[in-house]
Amino acid sequence: MALQLKVEKRVDVPKWLPLATSIGSVILAFIIGGVILKFIGGQPLVAMKFFFQAVFGSWAVFSDTMVKATPLIIVGLACAVAFKMRLWNIGAEGQFYAGAFGASMVVLVPLVPMDSPKVIVIGAMMVMGMLFGALWGFFPGYLKAKFHVNEIITTLMLNYIAILWNNFWIFDKWSDGGFQMSPTFDRVAWLPRLADYAREYKIFSGVTLHLGVLFGIAAAVLVWWILQKSRWGYEIKLIGDNPKAARYAGINIARNITLVMMFSGALAGLAGMSEISGVVHRLQESISPGYGFTGIIVAWLAKLNPFAIIIVSILFGGLIVAGREIQPAGLSFLLQGIILFMLISSDVLLRYRIRIVRAQEEAA
Amino acid sequence: MNPVIILHAGLATGTVLLFAAIGEIFAERSGILNLGIEGMMLFGAMAAFSTSFSTGSPWTGVLVAMLAAGFLSILHGLVTIHFQADQVVSGLSLTFLGTGLALVLGEGLTGQTVALIPSFDIPLLSAIPFIGPAFFEDHSILVYAGYVFAPLSWYYIHKTRPGMHLRAIGEKPAAADTLGIDVYGTRYFYVFVGGALAGLAGATISLSVSPGWYSAQTTSGQGWIAVALVIFAQWNPLRAALGGYLFGALRRLILDLQGPKLLLGFVNPLYINSNYSFFLKMTPFILTIVALIFGSRAVAKKRAGSPSALGLPFIRGERGM
Amino acid sequence: MTSTIPAVALKDITIRFPGVLANDKVNLTLEQGEVHALLGENGAGKSTLMNALAGLYKPVSGTMNVHGKLVDFNSPKDAIAKGIGMVHQHFMLVPTQTVTENILLGLNEPKFFMRLSEYDEKIRALQEQYGLFVDPRAKIWQLTVGEQQRVEILKTLYRGADILIMDEPTAVLAPQEIEDLMGTMRSMVNQGKSIIFISHKLHEVTAVADRVTVLRKGVVTAGGQSMDGVTKEDLAQLMVGRDVVFTVKKEPQEPGEVVLKMNDVHAMNDKLLPALQGISLNVRAGEILGIAGVGGNGQSELAEVITGLRACEGRVSISGVEISNQPPITAIQLNVSHIPEDRTAVGSAPNLSITDNTIMKSYCQDPIGNGWSIDFTRAGERARKLKDKYDILAPSVETPAGKLSGGNLQKVILAREISSEPKLIVAMQPTRGLDVGAIESIQTLLLEQREKGTAILLISEELEELLTLSDRIAVISEGMIMGTLDAEDADINKIGLMMTGVAES
Repeated sequence: MALQLKVEKRVDVPKWLPLATSIGSVILAFIIGGVILKFIGGQPLVAMKFFFQAVFGSWAVFSDTMVKATPLIIVGLACAVAFKMRLWNIGAEGQFYAGAFGASMVVLVPLVPMDSPKVIVIGAMMVMGMLFGALWGFFPGYLKAKFHVNEIITTLMLNYIAILWNNFWIFDKWSDGGFQMSPTFDRVAWLPRLADYAREYKIFSGVTLHLGVLFGIAAAVLVWWILQKSRWGYEIKLIGDNPKAARYAGINIARNITLVMMFSGALAGLAGMSEISGVVHRLQESISPGYGFTGIIVAWLAKLNPFAIIIVSILFGGLIVAGREIQPAGLSFLLQGIILFMLISSDVLLRYRIRIVRAQEEAA
Repeated sequence: MNPVIILHAGLATGTVLLFAAIGEIFAERSGILNLGIEGMMLFGAMAAFSTSFSTGSPWTGVLVAMLAAGFLSILHGLVTIHFQADQVVSGLSLTFLGTGLALVLGEGLTGQTVALIPSFDIPLLSAIPFIGPAFFEDHSILVYAGYVFAPLSWYYIHKTRPGMHLRAIGEKPAAADTLGIDVYGTRYFYVFVGGALAGLAGATISLSVSPGWYSAQTTSGQGWIAVALVIFAQWNPLRAALGGYLFGALRRLILDLQGPKLLLGFVNPLYINSNYSFFLKMTPFILTIVALIFGSRAVAKKRAGSPSALGLPFIRGERGM
Repeated sequence: MTSTIPAVALKDITIRFPGVLANDKVNLTLEQGEVHALLGENGAGKSTLMNALAGLYKPVSGTMNVHGKLVDFNSPKDAIAKGIGMVHQHFMLVPTQTVTENILLGLNEPKFFMRLSEYDEKIRALQEQYGLFVDPRAKIWQLTVGEQQRVEILKTLYRGADILIMDEPTAVLAPQEIEDLMGTMRSMVNQGKSIIFISHKLHEVTAVADRVTVLRKGVVTAGGQSMDGVTKEDLAQLMVGRDVVFTVKKEPQEPGEVVLKMNDVHAMNDKLLPALQGISLNVRAGEILGIAGVGGNGQSELAEVITGLRACEGRVSISGVEISNQPPITAIQLNVSHIPEDRTAVGSAPNLSITDNTIMKSYCQDPIGNGWSIDFTRAGERARKLKDKYDILAPSVETPAGKLSGGNLQKVILAREISSEPKLIVAMQPTRGLDVGAIESIQTLLLEQREKGTAILLISEELEELLTLSDRIAVISEGMIMGTLDAEDADINKIGLMMTGVAES
């Protein structure tokens, strides 16, 4: 009558399980993070309070969270598209910077006269941001397609290159009187914020949420449509699931690698544009606290589902806002690492299940 | 712009890449891709520095760094070997985790000074002209250890029984399994070894070649360059050592290029505008990509080195691998 | 050489996998010095049972005795220590290592440093003893399949195995090599070894075995029966559970125009060695051309060249349109269907639904493809129809393809490939690893296509299948066509000879 633990392969996965493991991973990660924080002498409960205040606190704080969530949504989508094809774009950070650079060119060169209508200026910034992001995605995509060069390394190296490239411009050509930043953009190049309408609607006063969040939502709808409804999305899924089968089905894999990498880069570039046009209003150092990397976790935590990415991004946006209050600074990295670890470990529950059986029953 | 100095510095900083890349070669040869090198290195650098700070013994620092990073990588082992999770994602999480841990635990270490790994000259050998001052003068013990470690690793992998088992597990784990070799245990071991060596690489930075704790700047992407170096080296420790030294020398050359007014008889643009150095700083990263292009072509051409089972979980009775 | 204590006695062995009862109270006794055949269809549980004896799986219940002593294996090492050696169906060799290294793998000697040349000598001596010759310094990937098998056998002998389990050893061999192998088995038995020989080929069992145990769906239907006076028909009945009648009948039919034409085609394999060396052949509408040959003689490359998956030299045309070195989409658009050799690795996407898998070739075309988008409602409807028509057993068309059994997955692939009304079907091993029922329905489907006037290139390693289905049979060896025969009056011996590389006189 001895009881035994038995691990077996799952034949069916209950519909609620993936969601449950995602939520469970996050909760568990917070607990572990809290224990570590306590261990090094921090105050996990205070930190936790900051976090919840950041997400669910006042209008203004929630708006801050949404402002941080905006680039995460777009970058998360960028990563999701690439990951769907099992293409490891770890270069969203660099593509983000490249996009910010492209968008800045519009204002700082300038590519369009600064007395043009807002629509033109913002439109040009979007195009240039996406173009430069796509360019930054093109290199690793093409190298992977043509020479089978590992895209993880190339995208990473291009992150460093993009940041150095931006540094040159803000230290040199576009430096604002010797400071390591460009001059502030003209108002025409700013994305509209809710605070801009504070005169008409009192409630918006001090609310920094900007139009970029709509880019994020539109991008989510677009990515959902591509992945679920379009021919291209079908090709992406097929290549991701079994490249040999995709080749056998007549799909041009090399072309798709380059295209998907460019699309992914364009989205990350859009995030960079949205950030400098909506928040920073100039090109400077450290415009991203690692959005490109957090986007990876966001995409994975959302199981590559575009709408789930929005939700997860808000959570992580809160984490970043709270991270400004929580010391030490590395904590949000640490939490992200633990969440991701928990999440991929929990995947094992989707493939196997543990049953308690009586030894007798088994013999029968 | 003295070639001896550049070579000397290259051998010193190249030692970091040497340890990290050879560690990764061991892990990958067993079939486990560990992209968490950067995180483990940073964690190791912090652990070494912090331990040396509190105990005053740099050697304890090195030991702690190796153990700490080794055990951190065991986490990657657990997730990829037993849970069969995707090795790429797990490696990335390890990078986050290691970086986060290092930054959190390394708070307050910036600006401190600690006991470092001693450097010395090797008698007789250091007297050889040119070679002596570059290779055998005023190097840390760890650099000398690197000279010996690379060929020993090569010998171990290719000429010893455990090395043969290591290669078999990375090429065809099912074959090793049917002959009673413990695939999981062996993989855990080499994942640990890979982590420990990444920790050693970190300790080499913080206690030897560029002493100090500078948060994430301490490693500044060298872990990733080490991963790329493995492909370029085609999983061969000797080539990895050579590549590491070359990269090290290059970094020094970049620094030195900013000094002189004239370069090969021309006006040095970097002297006029130091901001041009940003382009120069890109070169290691660009070169990594270029090296990777050549490495990948060689691998594609004659499937040189790349362990067949790299990145694939082993489950008995599944896959013909 | 029979002693009273059997070499192996398995009693009431039960092995279970999730959802599958692989072995149900199986008994098997291997006497000292005999060749004992373990016969059964694919999936009958033969390999599972033997993997348990080799220490790879642990039975849920039952006992194992080796040389009269009760054993309990926790790993292959335990089994090896008791003198049990297994030659696996899929070779367990490390391709990048040498013969000697492979033989030494997992042993406790050499201690740390390897002095390989010393061991090369030891292995040469062992080769002398059993007549199994292969260069100890060669890397495995440089060897032929037959040589690799010798390495597998040497591996077990070097470990001092006196009980050998050979899992379908003949499946990869040419007829002449099979004869050699049987000679080796005899010589090993004469030197005191005992052998369990797993097979599903009746004539081999009757030729070499002393006794036979038959498994059907995990249950023993004949235990340790002496081979004296047992006919193939008896064995087939025990194996399948009913009288085997080949119900698949081919009607004579006049073929139409030439659809596939290949002229002096050369191609390399993945290792960049020549795989096709001047192939010329024609397949006409309403005709099945069978390609016979031992696996690995260029068959895969032949199929890949036609379907655009592999580069080549020479001319390949479909109804006069040149398609060599074109991307796969060209052949698809010319209505060439391809039933690939590996249905899981190439033919399907395991995590995508049955619906998604049925539109792999048609997602771009009306009515499924709709401009930039795909009409998934229509695709689902069509998949449901195909599921009914081809009798695919699955909970729904949303079921991931990876959850299907081999036979049902193959039906999904056939449904996809046939429903496009192809002009040419390239079918590679379409029935491999399937049970008798599935084999019949797939063979019938192919013959229906032939009647509809489709040209079919059928590549198979099962001669019986080729003789049943083909109009003509071309024999391939080392990438060359040794000759083409009419299936009607084909002589099996002649085909066997051609398979070993002897050209038609």
